[in-house]
Amino acid sequence: MKTENPRAWLLVLPVILLVAFNALIPLMTVVNYSVQETFGNNVFFWQGVDWFEQVLHSERFHDALGRQFLFTGIILAVEIPLGVAIALAMPRKGIWVPICLILMSLPLLIPWNVVGAMWNIFTLPDIGLMGYGLNWLGIDYNMTQSPLAAWVTLIVMDVWHWTSLVVLLSYAGLVSIPDAYYQAAEIDGASKWSVFRYIQLPKMKQVLMIAILLRFMDSFMIYTEPFVLTGGGPGNSTTLLSIDLVKVALGQFDLGPAAAMSLIYFAITLLVSWVFYTIMNKDVKE
Amino acid sequence: MFSWMAWTLPTALVFVFIFSCIGVLAFLEVKYPGGAERTGVFGITTTRGDRLFISILGTVFIMLGWLGLMGTPLWGGLTLSIIWAVFVFRKV
Repeated sequence: MKTENPRAWLLVLPVILLVAFNALIPLMTVVNYSVQETFGNNVFFWQGVDWFEQVLHSERFHDALGRQFLFTGIILAVEIPLGVAIALAMPRKGIWVPICLILMSLPLLIPWNVVGAMWNIFTLPDIGLMGYGLNWLGIDYNMTQSPLAAWVTLIVMDVWHWTSLVVLLSYAGLVSIPDAYYQAAEIDGASKWSVFRYIQLPKMKQVLMIAILLRFMDSFMIYTEPFVLTGGGPGNSTTLLSIDLVKVALGQFDLGPAAAMSLIYFAITLLVSWVFYTIMNKDVKE
Repeated sequence: MFSWMAWTLPTALVFVFIFSCIGVLAFLEVKYPGGAERTGVFGITTTRGDRLFISILGTVFIMLGWLGLMGTPLWGGLTLSIIWAVFVFRKV
């Protein structure tokens, strides 16, 4: 029988208060800002849904949203298979296990702005090791001038920073598979592919969904790294949603449109996260 | 104290509505525990709270879609949203 104690809710109270202060109240304020115009001094003018209409019809927002989805799509398409492949290649026993795990954790320990600064210097065409090296090899590479080079750098940087997370999660999923499964597969003469397809992949499904969810949310909200690396340039080519949002809110001080934009941004993130969460939960129940 | 939050009557009403819905859910949960869990037409298991969440999230996108495609006034979007919410609470 399930025992219930309503007093347990009291223990949740501090968290509710904390969430109210750091999430709910700011969110309510953003909603209030999104329907008003202000010129500072705490004076507001009612504007209705004008800002939403403006944002929905703004080509600049469409472009930033498109770039954001492209970036997140590429990131997921590269990091998830790569992370699984590295996890499969990692040793399961012996002295190399901790060494591999520490090596894998290192990029995750570096703060975002430092990663951005590192890669900025690393890829500069005149002094950076990678930038100079590529040009020395005869490859025309200049991420401060060519949008393609900027995108490649941005993606390589994110892959370098975050693939480890997928590796660690997948590895945790892999080591939890009992040896009996592998022994049974060996007796049946299963190929390596079958072992992966019918034993390892299903067992990793849960953690992989979490990895996809985390990587989706993080890459969809990414700000610091591209801001430090390219500043959204060259031109607007790497201006992702959050960079554009900050430009509108703090650069132009258009708080109303920025609020409307962030609410639309929030709704999209919420929808995709809910879809992932629902798929995950469905699998757990099955 | 809350003047920096720039409250307006319409936005306040939206939040009052959402919090009242949560209040009603809490009341129903005390009276009929278990959240009225079921598996609906989309094959997902939902409780009352999930259905409220899906209704509100759907409403946001219906309203944004209406505003983007048809513009103001939003009465059509509101009608669609109510139909959506009724559908979610009965079938999903």
